[in-house]
Amino acid sequence: MAKRIEAYNVSSYYGSFKAIDNISMTVEPKTITALIGPSGCGKSTFLRSINRMHEVLPGARIEGRLTIDDQNIYDSDVDVTAVRRMIGMVFQRPNPFPTMSIYENVVAGLRLNGVRKKSLLDEACEKSLVAANLWNEVKDRLDRPGAGLSGGQQQRLCIARTIAVEPQVVLMDEPCSALDPISTLAIEDLMFKLKDRFTIIIVTHNMQQAARVSDRTGFFSIDKTGDPGRLIEYDDTQKIFSNPSEKKTEDYITGRFG
Amino acid sequence: MGDTSPRSAETGTGGTLTTDGRRGSAGGGVPPAHTPDSPGLGGGGGLPRRTRFGMESGFRVLTLAAGAMVLVIIVAIAVFLISKAVPALRANTENFFTFNGWSPNGTEPRFGIAALAFGTVLSAVLALLVAVPVALGIALFLSHYAPRRIATPLGFVIDLLAAVPSVVFGLWGRDVFINPVRDFSVWLNEYFGWLPIFGGDGPFGRSIMLGALVLAIMVLPIITSLSREVFLQTPAMNEEAALALGATKWEMIRTAVLPYGKPGIIAAVMLGLGRALGETIALAMTLGITFDISANLIENGGNTIAANIANAFGEANDTGRGALIASGLVLFAITLVVNMTARAIIYRRREFRDSAA
Repeated sequence: MAKRIEAYNVSSYYGSFKAIDNISMTVEPKTITALIGPSGCGKSTFLRSINRMHEVLPGARIEGRLTIDDQNIYDSDVDVTAVRRMIGMVFQRPNPFPTMSIYENVVAGLRLNGVRKKSLLDEACEKSLVAANLWNEVKDRLDRPGAGLSGGQQQRLCIARTIAVEPQVVLMDEPCSALDPISTLAIEDLMFKLKDRFTIIIVTHNMQQAARVSDRTGFFSIDKTGDPGRLIEYDDTQKIFSNPSEKKTEDYITGRFG
Repeated sequence: MGDTSPRSAETGTGGTLTTDGRRGSAGGGVPPAHTPDSPGLGGGGGLPRRTRFGMESGFRVLTLAAGAMVLVIIVAIAVFLISKAVPALRANTENFFTFNGWSPNGTEPRFGIAALAFGTVLSAVLALLVAVPVALGIALFLSHYAPRRIATPLGFVIDLLAAVPSVVFGLWGRDVFINPVRDFSVWLNEYFGWLPIFGGDGPFGRSIMLGALVLAIMVLPIITSLSREVFLQTPAMNEEAALALGATKWEMIRTAVLPYGKPGIIAAVMLGLGRALGETIALAMTLGITFDISANLIENGGNTIAANIANAFGEANDTGRGALIASGLVLFAITLVVNMTARAIIYRRREFRDSAA
């Protein structure tokens, strides 16, 4: 199910602007890895490079190698849609398809992959919603619009939609930044539960959240505006938050900058 | 405040603004005046008074008048049409709805709408069948496939197409475009003549097909530019959601862009249909002008309500004009039904759109 991700000297560009510089890190299967750092330091760019969503933007490109179980996802013969199916993504703002019902949203990924059989779809829908801790709240109104749910429910719906296609890795780009504390807690509980099945990488601005949920933490930073983001330190979460090796990390987590 | 209360809800904003403005000028060092109406007050006693006949109520009256104008015009047109049509319909010696022919100017007026209404709907529907797929294709190309330096000028050219007067389209259709269409019709007749729509012995050319194709070109820009706008409005986060699920570009368009744009597409198509149904001069110039109900698309012939009005108006007497006005009423009714159907379709899925916002 879950797979190891390794980045070797990854640099990402928007046109001629270098957003991240020479990032290398290894993410072990079935762990939660948090990426923290000030705004504009390239956390999200790196995250989007992992499932090749970075290149969706015009002019965006990447250098270096990114492997998932030793297969370079940037090899020229790799099907980009297969990469994205294997590495799911949850976005900053809940983005259920506005024209679809709750049910249709959850099975949208399966439909895209050619699953047509109603019984399979029904089963996957229930399973994913249960896994996303949303089933009990929506089981009586699966035909209602997904966009009619509350923000926290919508985000869990998006998580259900992501895990319905059974990815190996789930990327989360500040999944709780648009949510209230209760909904945030619900998502964090859910992440612990999902850790048994998936490798999770989460970008967050909330350092308590990183400390609460993650096994490993990577700290990104930039020297000044316009410079590319760098991975300053990457270590066990406990070490990063209690005894970081780098002065910059310590300054950031103690609130002295950023 | 308080001398006229019924509109206090609407005037609340205006009142606040005024207060702010006055407070600002008072703070700026203007000494308090004594007359309650002079600006720059605010330091004196109580809140400034609401102006009774200011911009706010003036603008209200203006918009109300503009809104009422629409109703007045509609009613006036309806009254005019009906008052002119009824005497002619009374004088008609045939059934208006079933008779195929148009000779309302004699002593025994005989005219019927059947063939005209049929031709109107047939040519418009055919035009849409051709134009809609092409227009949606162009719109998707412009919004999602073409690089910007191609999309912008191409979009401009499409909009330019909408600026060509319909009489020019008519001339072009009748003198230039007719040649390839005639050749194509002969070819169709030779190989697909066993189909009733492509049958007949000719002559070919000034046919429903020519009229419909010219119409298709005319409605193309309006459908294209409206759907392009709609497609561009698809939230980027929905497109990314589809891509992140492993959708190809086309699958992303089917999952996120087209469903989101559906009401807009329907509206665009209905606008195009409205133009196609009402188009007059281009069809008057390209159609063969007959009064048969025939499904044959390639033989000379065909007629529409609007084209018939343009062709027959010159030599019409009083009854003739009344008859033409009656046909105009039918066209109005057809357009109305089309519009209401479109609205019903859009309305049905409203819940899914409202919650999207």
